[in-house]
Amino acid sequence: MAVDTQTVEKLAELARIAISAETINEVSGRLGDVLQLVDQLQAVHTEGVAPMAHPLDEVQVLRADEVTEPDRREEFLKLAPQSEQGLYLVPKVID
Amino acid sequence: MHQLTIAEVIRGLRDRQFSSVEITRHLLDRIQQLDGNYNSFITVTDQLAMAQAAAADARLAQGGAPALCGVPIAHKDIFCTSGVRTSCGSRMLDNFVPPYDATVVEKFNAASAVTLGKTNMDEFAMGSSNETSYYGPVKNPWNTDCVPGGSSGGSAAAVAALLVPGATATDTGGSIRQPAALTNTTGLKPTYGRVSRWGMIAFASSLDQAGPIARSAEDVAYLLTVMAGHDEKDSTSLNRPVQDYTLNLNDPIAGLRIGVPKEYFGEGLNADTAARIEDALKEFERLGAELVEVSLPHTELAVPAYYVIAPAEASANLSRFDGVRYGYRCEDPQDLRDLYMRSRGEGFGDEVQRRILVGTYALSAGYYDAYYNKAQQVRRLIKQDFVQAFEKVDVIMGPTSPSPAFALGAKKADPVAMYLEDIYTIATNLAGLPGMSLPCGLVNSMPVGLQIIGNYLDEARMLNVAHQFQQVTDWHRQHANLASAV
Repeated sequence: MAVDTQTVEKLAELARIAISAETINEVSGRLGDVLQLVDQLQAVHTEGVAPMAHPLDEVQVLRADEVTEPDRREEFLKLAPQSEQGLYLVPKVID
Repeated sequence: MHQLTIAEVIRGLRDRQFSSVEITRHLLDRIQQLDGNYNSFITVTDQLAMAQAAAADARLAQGGAPALCGVPIAHKDIFCTSGVRTSCGSRMLDNFVPPYDATVVEKFNAASAVTLGKTNMDEFAMGSSNETSYYGPVKNPWNTDCVPGGSSGGSAAAVAALLVPGATATDTGGSIRQPAALTNTTGLKPTYGRVSRWGMIAFASSLDQAGPIARSAEDVAYLLTVMAGHDEKDSTSLNRPVQDYTLNLNDPIAGLRIGVPKEYFGEGLNADTAARIEDALKEFERLGAELVEVSLPHTELAVPAYYVIAPAEASANLSRFDGVRYGYRCEDPQDLRDLYMRSRGEGFGDEVQRRILVGTYALSAGYYDAYYNKAQQVRRLIKQDFVQAFEKVDVIMGPTSPSPAFALGAKKADPVAMYLEDIYTIATNLAGLPGMSLPCGLVNSMPVGLQIIGNYLDEARMLNVAHQFQQVTDWHRQHANLASAV
């Protein structure tokens, strides 16, 4: 299945990945190859087969509603490219 | 000392033939002198290793130390290590120093194992050749013009090059077993949920599983015994008792029923690789096992189903890398959208971007049913194939990969050819079953791996079967012609 560059641009926007104009043709070609591979699935008869999201039929475990994690805010904030007064900094969003 | 297996290191340390400080120093020197040839480490943790080794020696002197006390290992750079950069092979995390340890790392630290460093890998574990790493490709110690396999190529190459006796790794579609096959090492991907994924950077959460790579089934058993177990911090980890996997290695395997899936010996399998697998199966017959033909009719749908499910999960998991909270941020972002777009465009490599885009496509409105839902239905059909086969047999055997290691660059430009490398390994991840690879011969001086697929939580039997094979063969003891240290 071929993928046009317009579709790639839309996907890139949804995924928030900048793709340069020079590489977009190559990206759409490769993406088309992968989609052609996965299109083999369309021929399989799957009526009535329940989708399998997970390998094991385990139930979700519950735990007591207790505080288990210590406050490590400063350590985690130190990992940020930019932070100030306990906040993550990003370019101005609202004028 | 670098030739010793983990079992031999354990004995040597206890008999005081050498100390942990001595073997650690020796291996660190080897890494420094030789790893330029292989590029198997991203980070070497000299100081940490020497401090851990000294502490391990003190603990050994007191008596009652755990089995792995003082044994040098390495961790794939996908496991978070407190205070040690954890890159996941990506520019995105080139500067990331986690403030905590993954559960797997914590368990090895508690056992007083010694961490020599963090091993190279395909970026975010996406690849089958180790060529997608931001830190450059890993070279196969058996022939440095060839790939070591991936994504755990650094762990496999480091073990094969006798730089470390064992290492942790992860396997989402074959990333432990295929590099083990291509480097003549022994690797095991446990049942989904057997090992905690906490602190292991996520690729495809319903498929990812951690396991060990080492130079024998016995060594793998030692490492798995430490790694396995329930973890409250990972709700998908199985709350079942963990056995000591070293205890049943010597059980006789007469009467073992080995399923041989005809679909694993069809077109696409290298004829010489097939011959080595047939030889191994004959060896098992001599050990008293019985070969039973089984059918896994949906085998050829595993790769297509995987390349919907894994990218879909990856596109969700990797949305956390936004240039805001940690990791790479582009220079001078114009606005928030530009910050996201360029940080991710510059921070992720081509293959990672490709998979995020494929996943985004499969999950987007109008395509969800045709792709994601369909792939999950096929996933169930693949699992049912195995459930039916295991009604008749104890283990399943076949090739790990279709051919021996290929040349660096040979498949880099063709993602689909690269994806087909994992044609025999992917189905077990989709089904959640355990799988392992062990050396079973050479083709043109390059290693071939035999795959053993086990039933759910049957790792002890698989290791027993592999160990018995390694008692009557010496493929796993053969080493590459390595560059020599000064």
